[in-house]
Amino acid sequence: MLILLFLRLESQNVFMGYLASIGNYSIMVKEVFKKPTKWSIMKNLILKEIDELIYGSLGIIIFISIFIGGVVAIQTALNMTNPLIPKNLIGFATRQSVILEFAPTFTSIIMAGKVGSYITSSIGTMRVTEQIDALEVMGVNSLNYLIFPKIIAMLFYPFAIAIAMYLGVLGGLIANVMGEHSTTAEFIEGIQIDFIPFHVTYSFIKTLVFAFLIATIPSFHGYYMKGGALDVGKASTTSFVWTSVAIIIANFVLTQLLLG
Amino acid sequence: MIEVNNLHKSFGETHVLKGITTSFEKGKTNLIIGQSGSGKTVFLKCLLGLLIPDEGEIIYDGRFLSKLSITDKRDLRQEIGMVFQGSALFDSMTVEENVMFPLDMFTKQAKSEMEDRVNEVLMRVNLEEAKDKFPSEISGGMQKRVAIARAIVMKPKYLFCDEPNSGLDPKTAILIDNLIQELTQENDIITVINSHDMNSVMEIGEKIVFLKNGLKEWEGTNKEIFKTDNKAVTDFVYSSELFKKVRQMYIEERN
Repeated sequence: MLILLFLRLESQNVFMGYLASIGNYSIMVKEVFKKPTKWSIMKNLILKEIDELIYGSLGIIIFISIFIGGVVAIQTALNMTNPLIPKNLIGFATRQSVILEFAPTFTSIIMAGKVGSYITSSIGTMRVTEQIDALEVMGVNSLNYLIFPKIIAMLFYPFAIAIAMYLGVLGGLIANVMGEHSTTAEFIEGIQIDFIPFHVTYSFIKTLVFAFLIATIPSFHGYYMKGGALDVGKASTTSFVWTSVAIIIANFVLTQLLLG
Repeated sequence: MIEVNNLHKSFGETHVLKGITTSFEKGKTNLIIGQSGSGKTVFLKCLLGLLIPDEGEIIYDGRFLSKLSITDKRDLRQEIGMVFQGSALFDSMTVEENVMFPLDMFTKQAKSEMEDRVNEVLMRVNLEEAKDKFPSEISGGMQKRVAIARAIVMKPKYLFCDEPNSGLDPKTAILIDNLIQELTQENDIITVINSHDMNSVMEIGEKIVFLKNGLKEWEGTNKEIFKTDNKAVTDFVYSSELFKKVRQMYIEERN
């Protein structure tokens, strides 16, 4: 009985903790857009963040996309045991999987790790070394100075996902041809079958939401972290977990709203 | 003048500041001293507006900190220079960019004007040769001097320093102390230093506020600290044999 009571109280505390974090996160997002930093400074910060967050991630995005596209094509081909199923289905399945899920969602989970941990650790280190306090004492809105350029830079994230979509399908084509699962013509025919342009729009809408989550959730964990260098590492891990959870929940909700 | 009236601050059930009343005058180096956990850092953060006191008032030349609008607070903060314990320099910027940062952020000066001012303050702290280096490429003492240069570049009316000597060798520590005192007198500013360093207390403590368990236990000058009979102060200041002997010699000399 006592154990049950303890567990109930504990779960209530955990729930209240989550609610408080969501509240603090919302307040932080509101503050980010207040008291803007001078444009001449902000412009340089945005360009720097585009370089760090987007351009710096293109290598891993390209690598992942080609191989994921290839694996999807191989898996589809190997599971097509019925000779009545047309071979162009490989191209069709690769396109649908890559555009709808693998390029926007899978890549975003990887980016939550790569970009998210960079954001949390860089802001967290600034917190630990009092650089954020220094900005505040000077009268700078540190939330705007640190997080706003990241949000704007991440608006360019859909361009990276467009590249991921193209290369994913290309990877599928290469794997398909190299594995001799179907001809190039059949694969390309499959890519063109029943193409619904809204699926690309849906994908980009998702990508923009994920971009906002990838910019803000790791920033929240870095900005409000307490402790020393070890805690910066812990905050990076926590931020990756919560960014991934948020992306998966947002993916479900958006899919239901836009395609359901 | 900065006036502090009956300042209280708690964190949960821990009452850190228990009603501190004091004042800091223009052109003087004011030192806040006390053991670790006595409330020095919380007191300094309240003065800077980084923490909001639960009770009491902080008055900057007639301006009540708690009653200032956001815009007025922003204006006041531009009159404040702060030297952090770990220097708090921006890692991604060079020494020159660090010092130029407040000018770039808050003034409409032309690039050449800003560069002139930066060169002027870097020369004042003897760091003109390090201006293209990054904070990680210079020593701790040099980092402190860059932090001082950044704090004074906007010609502040109020200068706050949180343990400016921590981690420095005695010779560099004296250099930093003297630099802060000279800048205070040259620019007729109010300087408040949070310190553990007894050399600083003796050298530049024109006014000393001793905190103990969140209360102001004693205040006076570096001359008066030799004569005080307050046991808490003497236990703290003269904890080392060297300072005990210095005090003894001072008392014998006076007699």
